[in-house]
Amino acid sequence: MKKNPYLTAGCLLAGLLAAMIVLGFFWTPYDPTAMSAEKFLSPSLRHLMGTDNFGRDIFSRVMEGAGTTLLIAVATVAIGLAGGILIGALTGYFGGLADEILMRLGDVLTAFPSILLALVIISLVGPGKTYNVVLSLGLVFIPSFARVTRTAYAAVREANYVKIAQLMGVPKARILLVHILPNTASTLLPAITIGFNNAVLAEASMSYLGIGVTPPDASLGYMLSEAQGMFTRAPWYALCTGLVIVLLVFGVGLIGEGLQRRSGEVI
Amino acid sequence: MKYAAKRLLTLILTMLVVSFLAFAAFSLISGNAAEIMLGTQATPERVAALEHELGLDRPLLVRYGAWLAGFFTGDLGVSYSYRQPVWELIGPKTAVTLWLSLLSFLLIVLVSIPLGVVCARYAGGALDGAHTAFNQFCMAVPSFFTGILLSWLFGIVLHWFTPGAFPGLARFGSAVKYLLFAAVAIAIPRIAMTVRMLRSTILSEMQKDYVRTAISRGNDRSGVLVRHVLKNALVPVVTFLAQTMAEIVAGSIVVEQVFGIPGLGRMLVVSIANRDYPVVQAIVVILAFWVVLSGTAADLINGRIDPRLRLGGET
Repeated sequence: MKKNPYLTAGCLLAGLLAAMIVLGFFWTPYDPTAMSAEKFLSPSLRHLMGTDNFGRDIFSRVMEGAGTTLLIAVATVAIGLAGGILIGALTGYFGGLADEILMRLGDVLTAFPSILLALVIISLVGPGKTYNVVLSLGLVFIPSFARVTRTAYAAVREANYVKIAQLMGVPKARILLVHILPNTASTLLPAITIGFNNAVLAEASMSYLGIGVTPPDASLGYMLSEAQGMFTRAPWYALCTGLVIVLLVFGVGLIGEGLQRRSGEVI
Repeated sequence: MKYAAKRLLTLILTMLVVSFLAFAAFSLISGNAAEIMLGTQATPERVAALEHELGLDRPLLVRYGAWLAGFFTGDLGVSYSYRQPVWELIGPKTAVTLWLSLLSFLLIVLVSIPLGVVCARYAGGALDGAHTAFNQFCMAVPSFFTGILLSWLFGIVLHWFTPGAFPGLARFGSAVKYLLFAAVAIAIPRIAMTVRMLRSTILSEMQKDYVRTAISRGNDRSGVLVRHVLKNALVPVVTFLAQTMAEIVAGSIVVEQVFGIPGLGRMLVVSIANRDYPVVQAIVVILAFWVVLSGTAADLINGRIDPRLRLGGET
């Protein structure tokens, strides 16, 4: 296989962060909510990212917050992907009027920035609740996944292996999910990495604005809005929190770039 | 002419559909608007009286018609939490957001087009890989994080502006200076995306026959790129820039919060938190019109650039 530095670097970076986040589900150096008298300590070996205004260990809080962010992003992509594959596979394979109508609707919806749509949905279902963040972002991501899937399915609708499967009397659901779906991986995988990154950034933005994840749950976006208020006292709080978002999105972005290059979509 | 008429008709239809959807959605959940406004003083009689006063007891389509007529005559109803006409509340804020968006858009166009051309010219070179990684990095930085860093560096360390003290559009010069920092925060990730898009569009255009012909006749690569290729690569770029216009609006929602700019985005966030539906609805529809309008503008510009599009062909 050809050398693909993007994929390697991306997997390393994202894998390292993912390991840290998954570790955070089971163990953190300190209790993320335990307050202490050691306020505004700068980063040291004892507190890798220092402490905040309540003397809480920022590294532990970042591990916990990044966990929330990661779970939301994964759940969002799962909803978007499931809905998108369902709609995209059916419309791409069968075509017809429903295809035409749904894709026009998708055109209109994807013209709107995802954060704007998510804000509209979350204002309808009620802001400030984690499951509503997942719901609104997940719904917003369905059209873009549907379009990618539809294109991939429409491209192979007339392919020989599909025709042969049809002639052999393979049930349609099996053709759609077992025969065609694995062949769409080269287009779906980069789309997943882009969707994941958009989900992380959108969740962070919404929580930063105070209408996404709200206390007692912690997420990186909410922590950044907290950190901004004490930037002069504890700049490391905002810097470390922001850096974790940047590195996570950067790592996954590199994976996406590598995947696209591998399938020859980028010159 | 037919092309433009068709585009404008689509524009009006889309605007109607989008605004109706927003209206219907918000009507559905704000059914108990009168109760929200009355709060603890809500008795069934008072709720009914207020619903009648607000016109909430009329059918949905009638209310939509009245609201739409109001939208174009500057009567958008009354805010639940401020008890003030919505248009008075958001009018001045619309101007601020408009200036912020224009500044960001200018920055994006002025920086990314030359940069994209240069990147395409030297594609495959030694710096290409580093540039791709740098591009991905710029896309990974959330604009509100850039905003926090910029307001710290230029506001608190260098004292170029006072974060949180927006001078107001009346003092236009200092207002633009203030908005410029926010515009940079919005622009950086979009510049990265535009450069990447322009680069790959130009590169795929460079593989076409007319480019090979032009080069084989002794023209140098840079000249061919600027004189021939750029023109042909422009159509997808214009479409992409229209999307960027929409993305800028979304970016401004967050960045206004970072810099404390009294714009539409901040108003939207506050109103969502307060469940002030008339305001949310008005802002959502304004932003939606903005998105749809920039899409149509791109279509019209592309129709002028590439006459084939006006004949209904899809490229």
